[in-house]
Amino acid sequence: MNPDAATIAAGAPIEVDLSPVAEGQDIKVFWRGKPIYIMNRTKKQIEEARAVAVDSLRDPQSDESRVKAGHDNWLVVIGICTHLGCIPIAYEGNYDGFFCPCHGSQYDSSGRIRQGPAPLNLAVPPYQFVSDTKIQIG
Amino acid sequence: MSGPSDYQPSHPALKWIERRLPIMGLVHSSFVAYPTPRNLNYWWTFGAILSFMLGAQILTGVILAMHYTPNADLAFRSVELLVRDVNYGWLLRNMHAAGASMFFFAVYVHMFRGLYYGSYKEPREVLWILGVIIYLLMMATGFMGYVLPWGQMSFWGATVITNLFSAIPYVGDSIVTLLWGGYSVGNPTLNRFFSLHYLLPFLIAGVVVLHVWALHVAGQGNPTGVDVKSEKDTVPFTPYATIKDLFGVSVFLLLFCWFIFYMPNYLGDADNYIPANPGVTPQHIVPEWYYLPFYAILRSIPNKLAGVIAMFSAIIVLVFLPWLDTAKTRSCKYRPLAKQFFWLFVVTCILLGYLGAQPPEGVYVILGRILTVCYFAYFLIVMPLLSRIETPRPLPNSIADDVLAKSGVKAAVSAIVALVVAGGLLAGGVQSARAAEETTPPSQTWSFSGPFGKYDRGALQRGLKVYKEVCSNCHALSYIAFRNIGDPGGPGYSEAQVKAFAAEYKIKDGPNDQGEMFERPGRPADYFPSPFPNEQAARAANGGAAPPDLSLIAKARSYERGFPQFIFDFFTQFQEQGPNYIVGILTGFEDKAPAGVTIPDGSYYNKYFPGHAIKMPKPLSDGQITFDDGSPATVQQYAHDVATFLMWAAEPHMEDRKKLGMQVFIFLIIFAGLMYFTKKKVWADAH
Repeated sequence: MNPDAATIAAGAPIEVDLSPVAEGQDIKVFWRGKPIYIMNRTKKQIEEARAVAVDSLRDPQSDESRVKAGHDNWLVVIGICTHLGCIPIAYEGNYDGFFCPCHGSQYDSSGRIRQGPAPLNLAVPPYQFVSDTKIQIG
Repeated sequence: MSGPSDYQPSHPALKWIERRLPIMGLVHSSFVAYPTPRNLNYWWTFGAILSFMLGAQILTGVILAMHYTPNADLAFRSVELLVRDVNYGWLLRNMHAAGASMFFFAVYVHMFRGLYYGSYKEPREVLWILGVIIYLLMMATGFMGYVLPWGQMSFWGATVITNLFSAIPYVGDSIVTLLWGGYSVGNPTLNRFFSLHYLLPFLIAGVVVLHVWALHVAGQGNPTGVDVKSEKDTVPFTPYATIKDLFGVSVFLLLFCWFIFYMPNYLGDADNYIPANPGVTPQHIVPEWYYLPFYAILRSIPNKLAGVIAMFSAIIVLVFLPWLDTAKTRSCKYRPLAKQFFWLFVVTCILLGYLGAQPPEGVYVILGRILTVCYFAYFLIVMPLLSRIETPRPLPNSIADDVLAKSGVKAAVSAIVALVVAGGLLAGGVQSARAAEETTPPSQTWSFSGPFGKYDRGALQRGLKVYKEVCSNCHALSYIAFRNIGDPGGPGYSEAQVKAFAAEYKIKDGPNDQGEMFERPGRPADYFPSPFPNEQAARAANGGAAPPDLSLIAKARSYERGFPQFIFDFFTQFQEQGPNYIVGILTGFEDKAPAGVTIPDGSYYNKYFPGHAIKMPKPLSDGQITFDDGSPATVQQYAHDVATFLMWAAEPHMEDRKKLGMQVFIFLIIFAGLMYFTKKKVWADAH
């Protein structure tokens, strides 16, 4: 009952071109049936994400560890609420990040859980920059 | 099932079979001669009602499966076409969907009856545990069945519930992958759920056989909780119990048919008439009403794993009931304290159900926690404690004595009141979860409301014209074929008119012998063509918001009616939220947004649209369309007509449904009456 070969093959890595995403915007791509948010963060968002004390977070992770060095403005997270799997809405909530309409979890501009029932930060999918404007997810 | 039978058939052929396979003896000893306590009340008929419901669900389910396609791309459409095109498909689907709710309603009554009369106590522990297993299987079956139509609530319910298992340490994620058959809920999930949904009812039927077997070994309990002592305490199953059960079933059918024929969408969720979309989460994900108490327990605990454990424990605790409650007296009738706590527990369950439908914030969370504690305290503290400190009232010497000193029906009445309030609250909870801070659209007068409602042919024809001339520029109507506008109960065009209407459209067909697609005039069997080739094109052409398909819009949109209105709605058969909303939207445009409301560029202010910023510009204006029948050319008239038309598009068999409903009700009332008097006659000498 594990996923069949075709399903696994369809889950192969994908490349995403980032050049159309302006600062302060985001796109949602689907990979393995999951929505992936790619957010081009503003200076303000990055500063907010780095200003908070890591120890005070429910799932302590620094913003630096959640983005790729040298590409600090790009946040790539799986858009599935870690509570019960709904899709949070980008640029909503009190933390310039994500807001889940189902049970009210709020994530900050680094995708970290700040308020609500979700236990963990939004997951960062495996990805790498193949060029300055292109990433490979998977 | 109570030992070797002395039954002997008289016919030689039957004798021949009986000597080789004593099946008639088995049936005779189990369902004819079987001694049943004389003092059973109507709460005991729910066993028969449940057997009937299981049979009805399996029968309708098997036929539905003949027309259903378990594929993520086709499932939603196949369910819709099955309702529209299969002979009595609408009846089958309503029976199966409402049947699930009725099945759970009956099982809850059955369980509370067991709880009240101590039916789990020695020597019926195994019987009770088998019942809990049946209940668990039912929950799994019901959940998977709800996923099959592949609407929004199906999809997101499946996502939320399967994600529960990810809370299990170490193996959780593997379990979730096995449930999904992929990286998320998708086509493989739907396929395996369909397979299991078909399998589990037969497992249930198997466990039911064990349940009945155990029942016939231990013997039925009874309201006094006193064991059967002599022949005087019992009556033979047939005719006494048979006729009483038959009467019980026919009264239950009256309730069931009210849902089937008049309120098919009362217990459902409007969002499930929107096809599943993995990219959009509904505002509130609410399970079916029968899971709500457990959903409330899940959410009241802030830790995910602990929440899942609490939810499953809430059911598993029932297994240990026989050892938690050690009181010798079975029936709460003779346990003054236990009786009060029982009713408090019933109220707790109802309130938990209500909270399960509320958004998890503020006071609801706190109440949820208090009630969760109450729920577990009843089993883990109150029950063991009561069995030690309570002094029961004296029991009657025998069942026969009790029957002679017949007491009132007070308990039954209070129970019915509690249950009605329970059902009302639950249903209302579901509806109020469809949060609406927005202004609700005003109610209109509809020719099709109420038990005798019929569509106004003129309005349908005018509405079709409005759709064709205005709406169809952006909105598809892809579940409706041209032939449908000639169907009885619809706009009522003649065959020639339908042909002419269809021929005005260009339909893409092919490939032809050269392998090319070509256009040809429409035929009655063709479906209304969509204005855009796909959803992305529709979205791109409309500023990012794809115009929804209108075939089901009248059932896919709803709004909160509020307490206590929703209770009255059940009795007045109010089902017209959809058309009211459509008229609201079409007439709710205002040029200027009120102060304090900002409308983004490219959106328009609409009083009744959730959030008020709608992407659709005001589609109708006075005088835009002229009607041949002289009806006024006003927006109000257009909106009313097109809403009527869209209600018909969503529910083309409504007239049939209501007409058949009336016939069924007349039959059932007469049948139940006959059963009642037959039962009285049969039981005349037993009381």
